[in-house]
Amino acid sequence: MTVTKADASVTTANNEPTGETEPVGSARSERLSALIQQHGALAVLVLVSLVASFSFDSFATGDNVSNMATSSAFLAIVALGMTFVIITGGIDLSVGSLFALGGVLAAWGSRHGTLVALLLPLAVCGLIGVVNGLLVARSRLAPFIVTLAAMLGARGLLLAITDEGADTFLIGKGSFLAELGQGTTLGLGNPVWITLALFVAGAVVLRRTRFGQHVYAVGGNEDAAALMGAPVARTKILVYTLSGLLAGLAGALNAAWLASGVTILGNGMELEAISAVVIGGTLLTGGLGYVSGSLVGVLLLKVIQNVINQIGSLDSSYQQVVSGAFLAVVVIAQTWLGRRRQLM
Amino acid sequence: MAEATLRTVPLDKARVLQWLQTYGVYAGVAALLVVNTVITPHFLSAENFRTQAVQVAPVIIVALGMALVIGTEGVDLSVGAVMALAASVTALYLGYGLLPALLVVALFAAAVGLANGALVALVGVQPIVATLALMVGGRGLALVLLPQLEDLRNPSLASLGSGDVLGIPYLILIAAVLAVLVAFVVRRTTFGRQLLAIGDSRPAAQLAGLPVRRVLIIVYVVCALLAAVAGVLATARLQASDPTSLGNLMELSAITAVVVGGTPLTGGRVNIAGTVAGAVLIQLLTATLIKHDLPPSWTQIAQAIVIVAAVYAARGRGKR
Repeated sequence: MTVTKADASVTTANNEPTGETEPVGSARSERLSALIQQHGALAVLVLVSLVASFSFDSFATGDNVSNMATSSAFLAIVALGMTFVIITGGIDLSVGSLFALGGVLAAWGSRHGTLVALLLPLAVCGLIGVVNGLLVARSRLAPFIVTLAAMLGARGLLLAITDEGADTFLIGKGSFLAELGQGTTLGLGNPVWITLALFVAGAVVLRRTRFGQHVYAVGGNEDAAALMGAPVARTKILVYTLSGLLAGLAGALNAAWLASGVTILGNGMELEAISAVVIGGTLLTGGLGYVSGSLVGVLLLKVIQNVINQIGSLDSSYQQVVSGAFLAVVVIAQTWLGRRRQLM
Repeated sequence: MAEATLRTVPLDKARVLQWLQTYGVYAGVAALLVVNTVITPHFLSAENFRTQAVQVAPVIIVALGMALVIGTEGVDLSVGAVMALAASVTALYLGYGLLPALLVVALFAAAVGLANGALVALVGVQPIVATLALMVGGRGLALVLLPQLEDLRNPSLASLGSGDVLGIPYLILIAAVLAVLVAFVVRRTTFGRQLLAIGDSRPAAQLAGLPVRRVLIIVYVVCALLAAVAGVLATARLQASDPTSLGNLMELSAITAVVVGGTPLTGGRVNIAGTVAGAVLIQLLTATLIKHDLPPSWTQIAQAIVIVAAVYAARGRGKR
């Protein structure tokens, strides 16, 4: 099931032009490099899933797949926003904190109705995203340091709201919000469907709209984009806002799923999201990337995590070692492939 | 005429900004000292100064390495993980004596630094991503080696953590010696000049025939070794190895200290004295807020504002 979903979304991107100029005399090896870069993660995902379903009886069961899909959904929403930011050549380290903040705000707001519960996290996290964007685009500060500060500030805000983490707000049973997070449609959790819808929308925005073109242009060459008349600053502000909004939404949905706003969530989530985006074939240097790849990256991370859990005897810290090693291998492969493509 | 006026106004502003960039951190430390003397009871006690200095020593040591890396227009996110790794390895090999344990710690740290340096210098991966991989993997490895907190009862480690010479704790002495050493390397050695040249412009350094790859790899190894020293010292002070939480967010504190101290993130310039002052500034700020019973949430928000303000003041500095 996991694989099918990833397959479907990758095919969408595959049929569309990459928006990159093909070098003259594109040799076969050059095309192969591009293919590996774009679909390497998918191949590994299929391989790992196949091996896992043969090795562990409990892997390819409906319950396990549906669990994996739901737990992937929240990270995937965060990774979607991160993809936009990274394609512009930036980075957003604040998403983990915004995810936790969004969850707490949603749970706090749920006592005032579903509308407040959904709008409050979006408003606050979106606003922090706007501030990130303004500092990066208008004041020209380094994205990683701005969003690092936002990560710290948002975590501080979260602690301030919850009496230093002592208060946990609950989401009442039977409310629309709880249904949104916990209910299922056609066997899959509602968050999974929301995530899929967001990814389709994200792919359309990135590929088919002027804004999407600007995102690629800014990441490809900022000066050239400015000379061509692309609104560089506005595009950057928008991507950081989008990343903040999506992180807040993911947090709110996660809180709805857990029925409470847990304050300690989201630690290290920015790293997971960045890893997923990079594994999915998006270049950290900007200008090239795929929304579908990020989804595959998230699924791959979650499948690896699941496999490590299945092994059982392995401690969960092995997962970090594997993730780190995997990220290093992917980055080496990508740099190598990228250089090859440029040299051709 | 119009041109002349146009030029003088931004020049004055630039002068103020430049003063702030160079001396702002010292002014900040001085201001906090004065304010605390007035509003904080028992602030001017030797005991308090000792506590503050011992707490800030590991941050200073990590920030020294970070300053070198940032001088090459890089960044090292793996320092916190290296501290955790140092803590685990110390606990594992302490049975063979302190010195052998320290040697193994140095080996592990050098390996992490070598991996970082090789990814950045040989493969050409961006420093953020390369060190991100080691940050995730390194912390994982530390936890694999030692899954939980372990109390350490070793007299030589204990004396390293809490002993002193003429009333000055070892921790402070080591931090001071390392700071002088790193400042000397940056200012007076060929290696220091090469490092800054690479940070200024890597292509130019390459064209000038500098050993770019070698220098970069050494810088990342040195940064990891310094982080390991900080990890061992912090472990010695705690008398326990705590790979789960030791060094968490240390990369953030170190980067903040470096940036607040006037070292631009764009590379090509390193200010060691400023880095030490930057670490002290943040320590004092945190201590002030905590002593006045402000919750940790406020400390975090304040630190976030200080970071942004420092980077904002430093913008446009260094190369364009």
